[in-house]
Amino acid sequence: MQDPYSLTGKTILVTGASSGIGRAIAVQASQRGAGLWLTARNQQRLDETLGLLSPGQHEVFAADMGRDTDITALAAHLPVLDGLVLCAGMLKTLPAAFIKRESLEQVFNVNLHGSVLLLQRLLKKKWLRQGASVCFISSVASMHPTLGNAIYSASKGAINSFTRALALELAPKQIRVNAILPGFVETALIDDGAINQEQLLKHKQNYPIGRFGKPEDIAYLSVYLLSDASQWMTGSLLTIDGEYSIK
Amino acid sequence: MYEKFVEQLKEILEMENTEIQTDDKFREYEKWDSLVALSVIAMMDDEFGVVISAEDFRKLITVGDLIDAVKKRMQ
Repeated sequence: MQDPYSLTGKTILVTGASSGIGRAIAVQASQRGAGLWLTARNQQRLDETLGLLSPGQHEVFAADMGRDTDITALAAHLPVLDGLVLCAGMLKTLPAAFIKRESLEQVFNVNLHGSVLLLQRLLKKKWLRQGASVCFISSVASMHPTLGNAIYSASKGAINSFTRALALELAPKQIRVNAILPGFVETALIDDGAINQEQLLKHKQNYPIGRFGKPEDIAYLSVYLLSDASQWMTGSLLTIDGEYSIK
Repeated sequence: MYEKFVEQLKEILEMENTEIQTDDKFREYEKWDSLVALSVIAMMDDEFGVVISAEDFRKLITVGDLIDAVKKRMQ
C-alpha cells in the first residue's frame, strides 16, 4: 500500500526557494521523493538550495515574481505540476502615516500579485494536474498584526481570501488550495534589520511554547499538504505558531 | 537639515509648541512609544533618504545622536 505521505512521482514548484521557509520546504519535499522546480530571484542561492536536495529530477529557474516577463518565462518552462508552494514574500515595516503607493505596490507585487499571476498562467495552460495541491505561505500577521506592518498584514490577508476563493473554483478538478499561516520563523526575511535583538527577545515571550518557529516546522506541514494524505483538505487556513495567536 | 529634522520630530511627538534640545534623551519624551520609534525611522528615510536598521537605532540615545546618524548616512 502506498504511503499517503510520500511525494514520490510528484513534480512540485516552490517559489522563494532560495532561503528560509522555501528552501526548507524544497529540501523536505525532496526527501520524500518529489521532483522539485525551484525559483527565486537569486541564482546563486537557488543553486545552494539545489545542492541540499535529495537526489532526484530537480530544476532551477531564476525569476522575479514581481516582474510579468519573468513570471511568463517561468510558466513557459514548467512541466505539468502536482504541487505548488507559493513562498516568495517580503516584509516592509512602515507606519500607516508614511505609506506611499510605491510601498504598497512593492509589497503586494511580491506577496500577492506574483503568485496570483503565476497561477493564472498555469491554470490557463491547464498545467496543474487533477488532484494537485496549491499551498500559499501566508502569516499569522494577517489576523494578528504588529505595529508598523499594516501593508504586510494586508497582503497576507489578501492571500487568505484568495486561497479560499480559489479553493472553491478548483474543487471540481480535485485541486486543493490551502494556506499556511506561520508565526515568527527565524529566517533571513526577519534579518532585514527592521527588528533588533532586544525586540526579538521580548517578542519571544509571546510564544508560550518557548521558541520561535524554524523553517522545518513549516516545511513539515507543507509536505502534508502536498501529499495525498491531505486530499480532503482545501480552502483551509492553517495556523502554525507555537500558540502565539491563542492569547 | 537640523531645523527640518527637529520640525519633523516634533510633529511625530506632538510637541510642536515645545523646545527640543540636542541632549534630550528622546525615549523619555511623554509620547515616545514603539509606533513613534517606527515613525522616526520612517521619517529618516522619507525626508532624508536615510535607512537605519533597528539595531543601529537602538544605540541612539539623544536627539543629537539621531541628527548625527542622519548626517553620517547622508554623506
